[in-house]
Amino acid sequence: MKTEAIITMVAAQGIVTCFMAYFFYRVLTTKPKPEPDSYTDNDEETERQKP
Amino acid sequence: MSAKAESWGSRVGLILAMAGNAVGLGNFLRFPVQAVQNGGGTFIIPYLVCFVVMGIPLLFIEWSTGRYGGRYGNHSTPYILDTMAKGRIWKYIGVFGIFTNIAVASYYCYIESWTMSYVYHSVAGTFSGMDQSQVAGFFSDYTTIGVSTTGIPYEAVIFYIACLLLNTYILSKGLGGIEKVAKIGMPLLILFGAILAFKGLTLGTDGASNLFPDANAWDGLNFLWTPQFDSLTNPSVWLAAAGQIFFTLSVGMGTIHCYAAYMKSKDDVALNAVSAGFMNEFVEVVLGSLIVIPIAAGYLGLDWVLQNAGFGMAFQTMPYLFQQWGEVLAIFAGLFWFGLLFFAGITSSLAMGTPWMGFMRDEFNWSGKKGAWSFGLIALLMGLPTVFFFNQGVFDEYDYWAGTVSLVVFAFLETVLFAWIFGINKGWAEINMGADIKVPIFFKYVILIVTPLLLGWVLFASVPDMVAKLSNDDTKNKEWFADAYYAENFDAAGTKAGVVDSVATDFVKMSFQNEKKVFNKKLDKVEVQTFTDYKSYGFKQGQSPVVAVGQTVKPGDKIAEGEFTNNVFYKTLGRLLLVSLFAFICIVVYRAFIKRRKEGRVHS
Repeated sequence: MKTEAIITMVAAQGIVTCFMAYFFYRVLTTKPKPEPDSYTDNDEETERQKP
Repeated sequence: MSAKAESWGSRVGLILAMAGNAVGLGNFLRFPVQAVQNGGGTFIIPYLVCFVVMGIPLLFIEWSTGRYGGRYGNHSTPYILDTMAKGRIWKYIGVFGIFTNIAVASYYCYIESWTMSYVYHSVAGTFSGMDQSQVAGFFSDYTTIGVSTTGIPYEAVIFYIACLLLNTYILSKGLGGIEKVAKIGMPLLILFGAILAFKGLTLGTDGASNLFPDANAWDGLNFLWTPQFDSLTNPSVWLAAAGQIFFTLSVGMGTIHCYAAYMKSKDDVALNAVSAGFMNEFVEVVLGSLIVIPIAAGYLGLDWVLQNAGFGMAFQTMPYLFQQWGEVLAIFAGLFWFGLLFFAGITSSLAMGTPWMGFMRDEFNWSGKKGAWSFGLIALLMGLPTVFFFNQGVFDEYDYWAGTVSLVVFAFLETVLFAWIFGINKGWAEINMGADIKVPIFFKYVILIVTPLLLGWVLFASVPDMVAKLSNDDTKNKEWFADAYYAENFDAAGTKAGVVDSVATDFVKMSFQNEKKVFNKKLDKVEVQTFTDYKSYGFKQGQSPVVAVGQTVKPGDKIAEGEFTNNVFYKTLGRLLLVSLFAFICIVVYRAFIKRRKEGRVHS
């Protein structure tokens, strides 16, 4: 393969792979949020579609 | 308002389901072909720029819009959009988010059924000993209903119905079923893709033969990845890049909204959206670029790839190439390739069933099973014409209007709604609510200005094509039923004429001077060569040619007489079916509106 083709391929695929790996690492290491408290967490959800 | 009956079992399951929704056949077939046709390695620059300024913003918009709608018990776009703005029109614009999915699923399941069938034929050894034209002929026989390839009558129809039944059955199991398929299908897809990509990367000149002595897989990779910087100033390259990003992410369909609507109200959307988006990009840029083009160039040469690169390679060429690996490896390669395409297909088609099911549950309290089986039935009714009249152009008509135009229209409108009507400040707050990453403020202004402009440009640039489609500019036989048949264009521009080469009672063969691309290795550039090409027409009983050998024929000249039912008839039938489906969903949405009004749940 030509050098410039290898550089472009490795750079493009490297960027995409690194971002994917980083975001998945963040997903897997972020602690899950506590279950919402229905009395406090939904207080601001008052607009639209009120019965 | 119905209660939120379902939710995702795990965060990874949701991301894999979203990524599975985005990863489709286009990742392996459309992306490399687009790159080859638009500047090779340079294509990646506009492609990645469009991913940042259009793809990621659209993912943010759709994920946060879906979660916002889900908070109010709405799991499909008609009432998700309705909660975001005043005015009755938005719920009818949201109809696109159900219509597109049913219409696309109806023909997409047909492609998916080909992959199922080709897995069977690969394992059964059907392609063993076939040459390239026989493998290509197999596909053409397969899609000609009534011609049996292996003794199974109406094989294409049977596989299509089996595929639709499988989809419907999984959908009837709810989000759990979809999540399970994504958790199994996505890792397998990546594994199969990685094995084939390794082969593509290491094939080199091993595939050269007496017939194709210059075949070299690295020529394919060189062509695909060598930057041609002059193409960066070409607007059509940017348009192609924007189009590819748009279609690869499955945005503008309504499926992302639906999946996101089943999230909890404070769950992260920002990190999830980019994770699923980059997983799709990984499959496309890393795996997609290393399979079809290098393997085809490795056995058939770069010139063949330049002249034949297209969707058909997956079914008409790859089985032949796998045969060159030996009988046993060909079975595994066929299993991996068509298995990979099957998983790419089914994770997308399952997503297409959920907006209809979600809507019917929200509005009419339909159970998941009822929703799934009704979706399967509508998709079957809509899809059978694409199966029976595939060669008459109904499939392409669906793909164009439902799978292309509808997506762009909906994405443009939802972006305008999110940024300018719902309001960018509320929208930005929605994206950042519960976010596990800090979204750069740059995206706020991109969503406000760049994304709508870019989508508007894509939509505007498509208008001439839409007009040409509606006026049937692609054919010289514009009547539904005719007593004469006229020669079609010989080339895309319609300027070339042909000479009758041979005539029989049931066919006419004409020769004409065509152009093909060849790669000049010494000069390191693509050149255009003129060669004698042939175009043939087949005729049935009651139709007879009226041309003689040696006669010059221009596009539009009469070449046969008799009774003809032209493709325009079938295409119009396809368009009417699509319009009927859209109208039907509008009526269902109107009924839901009446029901809500009676229940006092209407706000506009």
